[in-house]
Amino acid sequence: MLRNAWLIPLLPALSFVGILLFGKRLPKKGAELGIAAVGASLVMACIAAWQWIDRVEDALGSGGGEEHARGLAAFGRGLVASGEGEHAAVEPVTRSVTWLQNGGVDIGVGISIDGLAVMMMFVVTVVSFLVHVYSTAYMEGDRRFTHYYAFLSLFTASMLLLVVADNTLQLLVGWELVGLCSFVLIGHWWEEKPNADAAVKAFLTTRVGDVGLMIGIVILFLSAGTFDIQAINTQAVDGEIGHTLLLVASSCLLLGIIGKSGQFPLHTWLPDAMAGPTPVSALIHAATMVVAGVYLGARLFPVFYEGFSIDDGTVNIMALVGGVTIVIGAVLAFVQRDIKKVLAYSTISQLGYMVMGLGVGAWVAAVFHLFTHAFFKALLFLGAGSVSHSGAHHGFDMKSDMGGLRKHMPITFVTFIIGSLALAGIFPLAGFWSKDEILVNAGENGFDFFLIVGLLGAFLTAAYMTRCVYLTFFGEFRGQGQPHESPPTMTVPLIVLAALSVLAGFINATVFGIEKFTEWVEPTVAFPELVHAEFDGGKAVISVTLAMVGIGIAAFLWFRREELGPFRGLTERNAAARAGYRFLENKYYLDALYENVIVGSVKGAIARASYWVNQRVIDGAVNGIGEGATRVGRFAYDVVDQEIVDGAVNGVAVSTGQTGGLLRYVQSGRVQRYALMLFAAVGLLSLALLIFN
Amino acid sequence: MALNQFLILSAFLFCTGVYGVLARRNGVLVLMSVELMLNAVNINLIAFSAFGRDVAGQVFALFIITIAAAEVGVGLAIVLLIYRNLHSPDLDQVEQLKG
Repeated sequence: MLRNAWLIPLLPALSFVGILLFGKRLPKKGAELGIAAVGASLVMACIAAWQWIDRVEDALGSGGGEEHARGLAAFGRGLVASGEGEHAAVEPVTRSVTWLQNGGVDIGVGISIDGLAVMMMFVVTVVSFLVHVYSTAYMEGDRRFTHYYAFLSLFTASMLLLVVADNTLQLLVGWELVGLCSFVLIGHWWEEKPNADAAVKAFLTTRVGDVGLMIGIVILFLSAGTFDIQAINTQAVDGEIGHTLLLVASSCLLLGIIGKSGQFPLHTWLPDAMAGPTPVSALIHAATMVVAGVYLGARLFPVFYEGFSIDDGTVNIMALVGGVTIVIGAVLAFVQRDIKKVLAYSTISQLGYMVMGLGVGAWVAAVFHLFTHAFFKALLFLGAGSVSHSGAHHGFDMKSDMGGLRKHMPITFVTFIIGSLALAGIFPLAGFWSKDEILVNAGENGFDFFLIVGLLGAFLTAAYMTRCVYLTFFGEFRGQGQPHESPPTMTVPLIVLAALSVLAGFINATVFGIEKFTEWVEPTVAFPELVHAEFDGGKAVISVTLAMVGIGIAAFLWFRREELGPFRGLTERNAAARAGYRFLENKYYLDALYENVIVGSVKGAIARASYWVNQRVIDGAVNGIGEGATRVGRFAYDVVDQEIVDGAVNGVAVSTGQTGGLLRYVQSGRVQRYALMLFAAVGLLSLALLIFN
Repeated sequence: MALNQFLILSAFLFCTGVYGVLARRNGVLVLMSVELMLNAVNINLIAFSAFGRDVAGQVFALFIITIAAAEVGVGLAIVLLIYRNLHSPDLDQVEQLKG
């Protein structure tokens, strides 16, 4: 299965074509095709994961049979020892064919399957499968149901293509394809202008980053001489590429990450992307596409590691971007009325953790956070979708459409609470293990500043999720109609994701000495030696305590707001508080900066310049061309057309006629003349052969 | 017997055939001349086969005899049709394809 992993992206791609061609004629309008294809991919991804684990365990076993035996006896601890002990190299399974050759450069298309790819394939197929199932109910009766499923399949295929890519160009192809699918699906209800605008904004904002990505890929190609990811990584680790080149390349690639993964300051597209259907937000804007940037960082980590000199423990731009994003995303989540926007800013903030994790050299922790975050954030988004689905219309405003829903929607409520607790990093849910690992490793690698930023983020996360849960599920119902629990096709995915959110963390529960995730996923070839911090009880207690305090404060503020004498209505009375609130509500005025200042000035200048060009250059050119054209035309008629062209045509006809007249004597119609010519020719040729041979 | 004696006989037969094909007016005689040429080739093949101790030449000769029979069948049919249409076997009169 590992060698045939190319089938995994292929199936959804075929399903995309199938749905486009036959979707409307199928009984379920194409949904069954998408579900079947992604389900098959899920099964194959599971088999691939199992085989990869087998391969790693084998390598570890042959590296130290004794430790392996011990590991089997004492589950966990023995394997940890063997994992850290000898570093058995497990080569990725690669396979590729040449796509095109140009100027001695082979551009291939292929797969490179290692732990990271297997992990991502698992995440993508699981979430995509659940979203496919969930959408059958959520999108029921939609005007472009078939179209929706077609693009869901294409998205899955492109994301998997990106994940299995063995070279940077293929990765770029997948990267752009997911961007395209994101654009199409955000603008799914494009009849309403804001939705179409959001789609364009998402597309163009990520495009700003993509320019950086492309430049980075070209720099890496020119410096490493290949597009092959493993070769680039090997050269980066071995120091064969100059430090400055790597610094420039990784800065450019980081721009791509900033665009795709919604990092400050290009995060503004992600909240707007919530205009798309909620399952799309869960799949694309929470679990998979937005982590493509983080995946890129993890894939080419040696480049970043050497380029940003992560090992010397100084502040680098990658960690800084991540750290800033954690805080600004979390703070913005407080002032949103729309539940999906709360989750969107939360996603930005959590992606900040991952990028910061990469930036501080906590590779495993960052990737592990990607893994766990995919489950609980998809769960939260699908939960939000379930909540809005219950109402008369799909509304997402927590203050006017929701409230008091815990009695009406017990399953959604419980799973949402589990997701929120996992997000807040409460022991022992998934988010705790991964977030804690990032923080511990940040401290271990000497990035104390980012440790503090991470702790602050944990505190804020817990607080805004409490506010969100309160507004949605507690108090009185403020919407219209009678809310009801969603159908099983929506609740079952919620339950599955909730189970994963609880359990996923335990595969790297360092406190119990289980480091399976590290063992299975961390590359062992072409990868820098990273320090794996031991579990630190103190830091874990601090982060959980901070989260609890966050929940406590937020709960106190929101559950008992009547008793809050001095704080009540603070924003109305206090000018400073009001200014702060307005500042947040306007999202730090970044959108205004982009739209009015940058785009506006560019537009104005371009408009004026175009007018000048229009009047002077284009008009002049048009008139000149008109005048010139008539002259050239006359000349062409008199000389070229009449003399040369007609002459040539007539000449050809005349000479053809004359040649024919001469040749017709040969065509006597007499068979013996022909035979004479034949024998004469044979005789002449034989003579020639005799003479010249 | 020497090989060149066969070859001289073959060449003589072939030249007779060529002359007949080019000079005769009667279609039947032209066909007979073609047969002479084919049989000149047969003599050549069999002579080389016998002297070269390779049976392949005789096999080719057998094929040529078979094909010559078929060719004469078709050729005589054509001549017969010419005779029916033009009331003469004279090939000089068959010049409808003159350019």
